Amino acid sequence: MPDDLDAEDLARLRELGQRFMRAVPHNNALGLELRAVGDGRAEIFLPYDVRLVGNPETGVLHGGAISALIDACCGAAVFQALRKPMAIATLDLRIDYLKPASPALGVTARAHCYKVTRHVAFVRGVAFHDREDDPIATSAGTFMLGTRTTSRTEGAA
Amino acid sequence: MSTTDQWLKQVLAEARAAGDPARLAAVVPYAQTMGISLLLAPEGPHAGELLGVMRFGEHLIGNPVLPALHGGALCALLESTAIFQLLWESELSATPRTIGLTVEYLRSGRPVDTFARGMPTRQGRRVTNVRVEAWQDDRSRPIAVASAHFLVHSDEGPAKLEI
Repeated sequence: MPDDLDAEDLARLRELGQRFMRAVPHNNALGLELRAVGDGRAEIFLPYDVRLVGNPETGVLHGGAISALIDACCGAAVFQALRKPMAIATLDLRIDYLKPASPALGVTARAHCYKVTRHVAFVRGVAFHDREDDPIATSAGTFMLGTRTTSRTEGAA
Repeated sequence: MSTTDQWLKQVLAEARAAGDPARLAAVVPYAQTMGISLLLAPEGPHAGELLGVMRFGEHLIGNPVLPALHGGALCALLESTAIFQLLWESELSATPRTIGLTVEYLRSGRPVDTFARGMPTRQGRRVTNVRVEAWQDDRSRPIAVASAHFLVHSDEGPAKLEI
């Protein structure tokens, strides 16, 4: 996280991030916790939960839960990179699974939005248990910026 | 890696005997939490085809303003459907493990039920590639597509020359 932010900036960013977590039902359902935000960066924790297990014999979290964590974390990083709040939508997301998650452990995701253009934001992400250099999954994604904020079915189209 | 888990083999055999793939999804806690299940297409040109379905629930929403489904939820449906389908339709020597997947989001997911179907594009001895599509009311207008590759190799299978 960058250290050139003053306490007020940091508080504002954190507040924005927490609102983002609480306001999104699926993030809430997964129990996601926003741990840190910064300039174009976000860190989100997915607590271990038996409801999210993929293999009931081993107790390992399902890949889908980790995908959702990464997607949410990448989205949060994009928000942190924007100069003003606007609607965003995932365009594409590639996830590589490097190793299975260990049973009974939560997963942390970190994402960095390293480039923002007028229409598109580019993000890298990683998910791990304890150490970022021993990842469970890595990701690369793009997000569309300034997407419409009204439903197509309600609009003119 | 390990061979197909014994418990999974048993569930698969029971689900096949009953002609009810939903039994397979029912043993996966995450699928239950998400509302992801399996069904056989009832009629039309795709009758009898295995489909993944994600029943709509408020907990799937990612954008409450539109509202729209969470990208991660769609990703989960695509990945789960591909794995379930590989289990249901092929005789694998090992439980498929996801190596990677790329999801393209084409349209926002409306707050209704979502369906998915995979098409294996290459079935190799060690790796299987699958293209999966998710749609809502109109199958010809997918809301998300994924290309995924899975490790399906078992070390305990017959010994062959590795290239």
